[in-house]
Amino acid sequence: MSAEANTSIHQTDQALGRLAKRKAKENRFRYAGIAAVVIAMAMLGWLVVSLVGTGYTAFFQHYLTITVTLSESDLDPHGARDADQLRTANYRKVIQQALYSRFPDVTDRRGKRALFQIVSASGATNQVRQMVYQDPDLVGREITITVPTSDDVDQLLKGYIDRNAPAELRKVSDRQIEWVDQVVAGGELTREFNWRFFTAADSRDPELAGIAGAVVGSLMALSVAFMLSVPVGVGAAVYLEEFAPHNRLTDFIEININNLAAVPSIVFGLLGLAVFLNFFGLPRSAPLVGGMVLGLMTLPTIIIATRSALRAVSPSIIDGALSLGASHTQAVFHHKVPLAASGILTGSIIGMAQALGETAPLLMIGMVAFVTEIPASIMEPASALPVQIFLWSDSAERAWAERASAAIIVLLLVLITLNAVAIFLRSRLERRW
Amino acid sequence: MQQFLNPEILTSAILIIGAVTAFLYGRGLAVSRAQLPADGARAHSIPSYHGYFSAWIVAFIAVGVIALWTTFSGALPEFMFPAMMLGAMALGFIIINRLLTPTFRARNHVERFVGGVLMICSGVAVLTTFGIVLSLVFESLRFFDQVPILDFLTGLNWSPQTALREDQIGQSGSFGAVPIFAGTFMITAVAIFIAGPIGLLIAVYLSEYATKRTRATVKPMVEILAGIPTIVYGFFALLTVGPAIRNFAEGFGLSVPTQSAIAAGSVMGVMIIPFISSLSDDVINAVPQTLRDGSLALGATKSETMTKVIFPAALPGIIGAFLLAVSRAIGETMIVVMAAGRAANLTGNPFEAVTTVTVQIVSLLTGDQEFDSAKTLAAFALGLVLFVFTLVLNIIALLIVRKYRERYE
Repeated sequence: MSAEANTSIHQTDQALGRLAKRKAKENRFRYAGIAAVVIAMAMLGWLVVSLVGTGYTAFFQHYLTITVTLSESDLDPHGARDADQLRTANYRKVIQQALYSRFPDVTDRRGKRALFQIVSASGATNQVRQMVYQDPDLVGREITITVPTSDDVDQLLKGYIDRNAPAELRKVSDRQIEWVDQVVAGGELTREFNWRFFTAADSRDPELAGIAGAVVGSLMALSVAFMLSVPVGVGAAVYLEEFAPHNRLTDFIEININNLAAVPSIVFGLLGLAVFLNFFGLPRSAPLVGGMVLGLMTLPTIIIATRSALRAVSPSIIDGALSLGASHTQAVFHHKVPLAASGILTGSIIGMAQALGETAPLLMIGMVAFVTEIPASIMEPASALPVQIFLWSDSAERAWAERASAAIIVLLLVLITLNAVAIFLRSRLERRW
Repeated sequence: MQQFLNPEILTSAILIIGAVTAFLYGRGLAVSRAQLPADGARAHSIPSYHGYFSAWIVAFIAVGVIALWTTFSGALPEFMFPAMMLGAMALGFIIINRLLTPTFRARNHVERFVGGVLMICSGVAVLTTFGIVLSLVFESLRFFDQVPILDFLTGLNWSPQTALREDQIGQSGSFGAVPIFAGTFMITAVAIFIAGPIGLLIAVYLSEYATKRTRATVKPMVEILAGIPTIVYGFFALLTVGPAIRNFAEGFGLSVPTQSAIAAGSVMGVMIIPFISSLSDDVINAVPQTLRDGSLALGATKSETMTKVIFPAALPGIIGAFLLAVSRAIGETMIVVMAAGRAANLTGNPFEAVTTVTVQIVSLLTGDQEFDSAKTLAAFALGLVLFVFTLVLNIIALLIVRKYRERYE
């Protein structure tokens, strides 16, 4: 009997073949799943590696040490040390003289011009101007300063410009490479941490551009968004969850909020443009308007997060408060909302992280202006960090791509920190009922 | 110091100080009056509610004065304003003094006020939607005054440059949006073509095969993809993926521009993988375990159970997930602005540069704008199309998902 069963239809060659096929199919299916996970992770890895690879060099910058002579006849011919005179004096000439005396064998005009191009023209002149303006006693003396090199020289030293490429395809000429090699050999060229990237606003020259203006603009817009969307969002969620009667109107509000969460962000930008700018006449490019648009955009996120946080609080809390004589409002505000606070906070942080990375609505309300100063108030034109990345990525030069990648690294680090804080708060403060 | 003395800040300071004083006054009043052995009645509300009520009354009156002053600005001399503010607030204090007896139901009034404020908060969400609809419709109507709606929806030629002067040649501007819709459709198709299979397989793997630990690490990792700002994806597409595809195609002797539908679409596909995988994961998990157990008990392998039992049961939900992903892809802006191209191009070839609705909105509205030209108004018409389309997709998706949930509950 048993022998017969073992050689039943399940043990024939055909059946075993079918079984093997099914098992193979099962394995293929499983490996397809693993492959999909691997592909997704590989894309994430590729993205991070390519951004960090192009961006990390922007955190360093090459500086040239030069000796400048602040001759009185050039800067202050009348000897009055007058502030206006010191501000408007020809510092460009001072830098040029310093370079010509370092390379006395360069005499032709084209050579001189090319020589001046190895330092950052406006960076170096502004630096000397600042020093003299703050300390007029420097006039007539000889000082040694370090000035940023031009972005082309910086890129050359970072290895992004191919020395062996034909000279006409290269942004630095053979002679310039020769001079750079001389100062490198003489130890006059140093590589330092690029503090300017974190303290300066945007500039026309990549070697002088920084993210500080954009970061301040982003912070201002986010503060406005936070002050708008968190109180209103929490209020709306508390109302819908605890106070609203169940009728057509509240159903409508609810559907409305769910749909608002799915509206493309650029449409919020159009709303901002039509309503805040054209109808109410608020200033273009201002963090106030940007913040209001971002606030409205994150409102649904915060409402939905708050509602689920409120729902997670055990009903026994409300029952307990009511049975001790609290009114409904007291039970909600004194007991339920504080217990849901961690969830509300987590939702708000995630909403703010979302707002920080958003670009499209800010383009609509004109926060793409070229702003070279750190904004001082929420009514002034400003940029925002993602918009700054967009602006820099539009420029063709290699140095801008490097700056944009570095700004992305900063943006991603901030977002990772925000999300980590949110996850930490959730795991630390969350209560299970 | 000068900036602290500007009228707005002074007015708000008076307002806040008045409200705080009123709070303290009302609360003190309630305490002192409750201690009087009047007619033996117990106080109805605790003192702080009397305080809140008083603060509200004074603030309300003061805000009313400010509102009146701004509506009829100029009717009275400037120096009258502080006097009126202070007078109105004093009136508030007199009212408080009259009203606040121990039997006064301060708590009920305050709670009704709180309820009203909360209702206004949820009204903001509704107002936002109305604002969006009204501004889009209003500006679009102005656009359709200049360009017939049929030409807009069916025209094959998109070149929105309108003439700045009468005598310019070839700058009449034509607003046929079909190439834009086609471009949007193509990029979305590429994105779904990439994200659909990958997202679905990830969902299947995580819900049916992965161990609990693998799931706990892989799922958040995949969801990171959804948290990366779109500007970062756009930059990645422009700087890395576009050139990579171009070089790859050059290896086969093809010439593909750096900005192409395939570059933008594939990066967008990576971005929407988590949307499809998370939503499908939820849907697959919602299929009752009994279906799974029944199939496995009959000897089916896991993959057979998946493809023949669970997948058909979860299909409506998965379709819903795909629709939500499509709506996300259509509304996505930065990736396509940076990696897809600006010029309208009616083509079926994904290796060419195409443009999308969102790209056109951005390029029409950045830069110089006069607000009456057909060029800027066209952006609102495109925005309206975008809004309606994503809204319809979302409503259908939500209906499908909801209906599907009801079946198993």
